Amino acid sequence: MLILAIDTSAVASAALISDDAMEGVVESFATEDTRSHAEVLAPGIEKLLGDAGVSGADLDLIVTGVGPGPFTGLRSGIATARTLAFAWNKPLFGLMSLDAIALEVAESTEAQAEFLVATDARRKEVYWARYTLTEGQLPQLVDGPHVGFASELPDLPVFGAGGGIYADVVNANGEFSTTQPDAASLGQFAMALLTAGEKLPDSTPLYLRESDAQVPGPRKRAL
Amino acid sequence: MNHPGHVNQPGTVQPLVLGIESSCDETGVGIVRGTTLLTNTVSSSMDEHVRFGGVIPEIASRAHLDAFVPTLQEALHEAGVALDDIDAIAVTSGPGLAGALMVGVCAAKALSVATGKPLYAINHLVAHVGVGLLDGAGGGTGGLGSGARLPENLGALLVSGGHTEILRIRSITDDVEMLGSTIDDAAGEAYDKVARLLGLGYPGGPAIDKVAKHGNAKAIRFPRGLTQPKYMGTAEEPGPHRYDWSFSGLKTAVARCVEQFEARGEDVPVADIAAAFQEAVVDVITSKAVLACKENRITDLLLGGGVAANSRLRELTGQRCGAAGITLHVPPLSLCTDNGAMVAALGSQLIMAGIGPSGVAFAPDSSLPVTTVSV
Ligand SMILES: [Zn+2]
Repeated sequence: MLILAIDTSAVASAALISDDAMEGVVESFATEDTRSHAEVLAPGIEKLLGDAGVSGADLDLIVTGVGPGPFTGLRSGIATARTLAFAWNKPLFGLMSLDAIALEVAESTEAQAEFLVATDARRKEVYWARYTLTEGQLPQLVDGPHVGFASELPDLPVFGAGGGIYADVVNANGEFSTTQPDAASLGQFAMALLTAGEKLPDSTPLYLRESDAQVPGPRKRAL
Repeated sequence: MNHPGHVNQPGTVQPLVLGIESSCDETGVGIVRGTTLLTNTVSSSMDEHVRFGGVIPEIASRAHLDAFVPTLQEALHEAGVALDDIDAIAVTSGPGLAGALMVGVCAAKALSVATGKPLYAINHLVAHVGVGLLDGAGGGTGGLGSGARLPENLGALLVSGGHTEILRIRSITDDVEMLGSTIDDAAGEAYDKVARLLGLGYPGGPAIDKVAKHGNAKAIRFPRGLTQPKYMGTAEEPGPHRYDWSFSGLKTAVARCVEQFEARGEDVPVADIAAAFQEAVVDVITSKAVLACKENRITDLLLGGGVAANSRLRELTGQRCGAAGITLHVPPLSLCTDNGAMVAALGSQLIMAGIGPSGVAFAPDSSLPVTTVSV
């Protein structure tokens, strides 16, 4: 099975995941910055496919991170994934982006029985979710995702860049203080779920916040 | 990255081009073959903005994301073409709302990567002009482009919720100049704000146009922005805003007028205010546009943008152009408002002129200058 995974909930990233390849990852790329998705994503995917010698027809399905993440960046990945899936006529699924970090935590020596994953939500807030971990199992989402102030998080170790930024108020794990959701981990998570016979959700974005727009009140009359 | 050897040889006859538009609140996909329109499919999020009285960028962007693939699917179906048949893709890369542009640009790039078809990143304002080159799109006053050729001395007046500009077009593919534009609100925005003041609903253009028909435009005189000599100067020594517009002072004047009626305990004469406001907008737009045409020897003027639907704007522009010996071209309204067909139409012109594609690494630019026809 060959999966193209895309996540732009923080940085822009894409990966080809195969159940034949070592560690599952055939090719992957990720940017450092969180603001150039629209420029780098399509060339990145084009190169990814080229380097792997793979065409759209060879894919079995596409998986995209559905956030939470800053809206404009998040949409660039989902728009890309939906359009590729349409053009190649491939099934498309969505995975919660914080799952990517949770899987990395589970596979690291830092793994904990219960932990939080957090990323930067800007405006002094973080996107976060709570996971539990049982030996030999995939991390289990038990609460979230939510958006809120770092100082109001449950008292658990925090993994991911959202912890690193607010290390003064949360119990941030140092090893994961700059970790962002990455398509390679997200794709591996999807592969593991599918192998276990689970169904994946669709690509509906998890915005968690309404648009800032205010419905204007009635105009004050001059009396 | 360029896609060499595809369709960018000059003289490629009748390329089949798919155009994508997402710069404001319309998700548009249009397909043209050369200068023949095959389909113009538009999904609008306008209804979602009504309660806010104006376009909310984040709401528009969310709607683009959900509307894109269904709109694309419908366009292909209506035109009876498959993605494989397309020769090239064109997309609006600016100017427009940054978050909204991003959705169309990402989708267009994905389509280019998936199909291997070349991608043209094009200027939205110039596309409003390019649509006039489609067969039969020159409007009731005579076709713009017979055989896809533009008149020699062409200008374009674009009036919508997002823009108020007068352009000079020497070559649709590589020589477009901005003669004047609004320095604050677009005319359509001013309509929306005044309609809200008068309790007439959204969008303001049609609402005010309708009520104004029952009002006396001469009952009140509202200011015409940037018409004082210090802004206008003379033809020989133009002032700093000779062909520019400003509508924020007009909006304030309307608000003050409404307040005065209310303070006196009188009924607000909504129809008269609407008519007088509309007259002020249309008078200053057309007088400056015609002045710009005369002084730049423009003999053909294309009217574009959603406010082209406004009956008084069409009437007065027609009268004043006629008096000045300028031929006015008004495309059908469905091609005046934002749409994908205009993007495809301009893309097709670029290909026929032998201009190369943009690749997939460009960034959308919310303030793309009109001098950049394609990226
Ligand atoms: Zn427009």
